[in-house]
Amino acid sequence: MQIYLPIADLPVNIFLVLGMGLAVGFISGMFGIGGGFLMTPLLIFIGISPGVAVASVSSHIAASSFTGAITYWRKRALDTALAMMLLSAGIIGTATGVWLFTALRALDQLDLMIGLSYVTLLTAVGVTMIYESVRAEIRTRKGMPATLRRPGSHTWLHGLPFKLRFKRSKIYVSAIPVWAIGFIIGFVGAIMGIGGGFLLVPMLIYFLRVPTATVIGTSMVLTLVTMASATVMHAATNHLVDAVLALILMVGGVIGAQFGARTGARMRGERLRLLLGLLVFAVGLRFAYELVMQPDDLFSLRHVRSE
Amino acid sequence: MRRLALILALVLLAGGARPAAAERLVVSLSNHRVAVTSSFTGENLVLFGTIEPDAGKSLRTSGYNLVVTVTGPSETLRTRRKQRVLGIWVNMDSREFVRVPSYLSVLSNRPVADIASPDVLRRLQVGLDNFLLPQRIGPDIADTVRDDPFRVAFVRLETQHGLYRESSTAVTFLTPTVFRAAIPVPANVPTGNYAIDVKLFADGAMVARTSTALEVIKAGLEQYVADAARDYGLLYGLLTALMALLTGWFASVVFRKD
Repeated sequence: MQIYLPIADLPVNIFLVLGMGLAVGFISGMFGIGGGFLMTPLLIFIGISPGVAVASVSSHIAASSFTGAITYWRKRALDTALAMMLLSAGIIGTATGVWLFTALRALDQLDLMIGLSYVTLLTAVGVTMIYESVRAEIRTRKGMPATLRRPGSHTWLHGLPFKLRFKRSKIYVSAIPVWAIGFIIGFVGAIMGIGGGFLLVPMLIYFLRVPTATVIGTSMVLTLVTMASATVMHAATNHLVDAVLALILMVGGVIGAQFGARTGARMRGERLRLLLGLLVFAVGLRFAYELVMQPDDLFSLRHVRSE
Repeated sequence: MRRLALILALVLLAGGARPAAAERLVVSLSNHRVAVTSSFTGENLVLFGTIEPDAGKSLRTSGYNLVVTVTGPSETLRTRRKQRVLGIWVNMDSREFVRVPSYLSVLSNRPVADIASPDVLRRLQVGLDNFLLPQRIGPDIADTVRDDPFRVAFVRLETQHGLYRESSTAVTFLTPTVFRAAIPVPANVPTGNYAIDVKLFADGAMVARTSTALEVIKAGLEQYVADAARDYGLLYGLLTALMALLTGWFASVVFRKD
């Protein structure tokens, strides 16, 4: 059944988009991530312009992260104070990202920037995750305990000023890295149409030593607020948010996430991280291939304005 | 304004030192309004027409050729060309096509090159090659030669999108003086007012001309959403974000396990 998307300005098969929502939702539920880094490329692949894809996916991620955040809120596995600190910088990052998005679009370099960001970020994160999980796997094989949190081990990040205590996460860190992380997540989220969960969770664990008990819940709150504000800002400045597309994705996404979460709960953490690392790396390679290979058509059109 | 210009043009034509036309065109469109709804996948309109003799004149029995040119609302587009820079493909060069039709169909009963001489076709803008597509070149706006790479790419891309088309079989003569033309309206058709220009040729010269119009509108939800996104961006964004929260909340209630 075809449905006409009012902003993307093209008809799509409603079941295809719903199926994509379900599949990405399944993966996002399984790994505890938003899934934007998969959904945005998929939408571009079926012919939706990168701008509309990025802007519409932000609302889809807002929906799925809200479901997750409520669940973690009920389990009290959520550090509100830390989330608020990350958010204050996250909003500024999102606004900067939306501004750059608009500027690049006017210069005809938006698609390139989206492509380059995907390649850099996804291959780097993918390789790191594969490396980390393989090392953890080997350590378990040798009978050593695989711990991420090493109490008492301090890095230079702990020497920075403006120290704050976050009670629920049981950490005492400087506000500077917290703000920096929040800003980066908000910024890349607006440019790439990703929630940044797959970036934020490792950053919180490795840099701030946030315990696994609160890390996912906190990351979901940050994702929710940055993506909801990205939706509003993209709609107000670029008019590229397709509400009909977003709704179909949301419905598929939240249902898929429920089944994904059940499958994910039955798998071991390291195995799960290895799979996610491979997936992230593969998407990164796909974008790299696109940038390096000679395109079928060197020419492309961009609508400037209607008269 | 446009109507005034049309009347003016007609008066000028009538007052010119041209021999009195022996033919008149009478056309009728199957539907003057196309509504793009959520299930719209494109449709075909049919234009019917006859060639009528003027009072006291008689018609020839063969040798008529007909060209129907349909133009959509104008828009400005940029054609970009990728070049390899440091191993990756980047949009480097671009040209802006100013106020060109968002939709352009040239329908005829035989290839336009066989209908009249290149000069006549050029002057009357018959065919995709001869249609005026002004580009912004520095401070000037002008059409380029027809084999300019950006012009060729622009027409090719628009043709691939189904928005530009040249068909030498879309017009059929049912009798020597009765014809029908199939006007394709693809699914991605832009909304707005369309002009349909019908030109009749005989012996390589235009002998009669008439025009009609067509309107493409978005209907129902699509129209509402598209208007809201354009005119009330902030409110639209807030509502979309609220919709996201409601969907998320609804899912957490439905799938609650405890």
